[in-house]
Amino acid sequence: MHKILILLAASATLLSANAFAVDRGELLASSCMSCHGPGGKSKGAIPSLAGLEKGYIVKSLQDFKSGARPASVMQRHAKGYTDEEFALMADYLSKLK
Amino acid sequence: MSITRRDFLKVSGMGAASALLAGCAGMGASGAKPKVVVVGAGYGGATCAKYLRKWGPNIEVTLIEPNDKFVSCPRSNLVIGGLRNMDYLTHGYDNLAKHGIKMVKDMVVAIDPAKRTVTTKGGHTFGYDRLVLAPGIDVRTDTVKGFQEAEAASKVVHAWKAGPQTALLRKQLESMADGGVFVMGIPGTPYRCPPGPYERISLVANYLKKHKPKSKIIVLDSNPDIVSKKPLFTWAWNTFYPGMVEYRGTNAVTGVDGNRMVVSTEFDDIKADVMNVVPRQRAGELCAMAGVRNDAGGNWCTVNFTSFESTAVPNVHIIGDSISAALPKSGHMATNHAKVCAAAIVELLAGRQPEAAPVFANTCYSDTSDTTGGHVANVYRYSAEKKAYVDAGGGGATPQGDELNHAYAESWAQNIWAEVLS
Repeated sequence: MHKILILLAASATLLSANAFAVDRGELLASSCMSCHGPGGKSKGAIPSLAGLEKGYIVKSLQDFKSGARPASVMQRHAKGYTDEEFALMADYLSKLK
Repeated sequence: MSITRRDFLKVSGMGAASALLAGCAGMGASGAKPKVVVVGAGYGGATCAKYLRKWGPNIEVTLIEPNDKFVSCPRSNLVIGGLRNMDYLTHGYDNLAKHGIKMVKDMVVAIDPAKRTVTTKGGHTFGYDRLVLAPGIDVRTDTVKGFQEAEAASKVVHAWKAGPQTALLRKQLESMADGGVFVMGIPGTPYRCPPGPYERISLVANYLKKHKPKSKIIVLDSNPDIVSKKPLFTWAWNTFYPGMVEYRGTNAVTGVDGNRMVVSTEFDDIKADVMNVVPRQRAGELCAMAGVRNDAGGNWCTVNFTSFESTAVPNVHIIGDSISAALPKSGHMATNHAKVCAAAIVELLAGRQPEAAPVFANTCYSDTSDTTGGHVANVYRYSAEKKAYVDAGGGGATPQGDELNHAYAESWAQNIWAEVLS
């Protein structure tokens, strides 16, 4: 009985460590894929995002937001997100292969 | 040795039982895998099924769709304008199977939310823990006098669902003589694809200018003014098609006569050579079947926006054009609903609460000629206080078209089709 209780307690710890099955960064970044392609791999003129360096993605989004970097559409998107969300999305996108 | 209820309660003292018990509940009473049935394999439904499997690999996902193939409504104006063919819009569902989605080609004819079952025309019944409805729109051809008769005689089309009417409208334009009149009727908001009618007018004008330059386009808009991307379309019509487009706001089409080829408003009867009238719309019939077409007018479905679960019927989720929301009804938005809904269902089946503050972006490209296009883009953020998605600010539309947006529009199409179907 003790063994079972220990197992239950262990799995409870695992569950509480993972508050969500889907990480917030991944859920936020999933919206990007409708333009940038599944897994962040684009066909055609729109750039791919998969595997870009995290710092580069965050800097690009900040520069789109401030206007430092000119863009066709990305300035409109970047203005809608926070710095914290940039970091979450960039972390997920940078890990895509 | 079995675990007694008392032992379980001891564990609950450690703060774990709620998650564990709920986890068991999510597995269903029989201990079987949780079952999600998705009805409708368009932009919303196919994406939802795919992401349910990606994020909830233990979930059994069944996707029910009556059509053999996916035919894209976005980009169908290029077919009507003679710039692409139907094959360009038409895509198979074969790649969805690799995600472990059980694809069923059949039509749902009954939904029983109490028993949690859906039944198909083919006589099969599917049980569900969660049901996702993504039927798209029901076009109210009954609200325009004479429409159904004229439609049956192939004298009028709406072509607001891509398919045979898209091809027929193209054929009618090809058959029209130079100097002919193309009449387009636009419904009041909300309707599917706010900029769609104005893109269609632009691409029909692009064709007529090249091949039948004496022709004319009369636009009868139920709305007082151009609903979406007004500067962009006004720029395009003045720059490329001067004198060809006659726009009349607050001119709702009230009737059509297929024998006389006349489109009527409350002010005029207008003689037409090609009649393209788009009637107003409501959520697909499946939603009525499930008892979720529950907004004040009985036209759209009200949902909880963190899960897209119906506010009227538990365990039934609605995504895409059918929901009641201050959001544009677009294929692109349907893919966003689908992802938030899929993530929420995964959490709910595990006994947890969905993400409390979803954020997503809409991007909508419109072509304005065979070489130019523009876009509108906005970010929407869920507000718990308002219980709605609110515009996060900073969005907007291009005031003029250009070649870069024209190229991005094509790339967008290829990427979203891959995102939905591969």
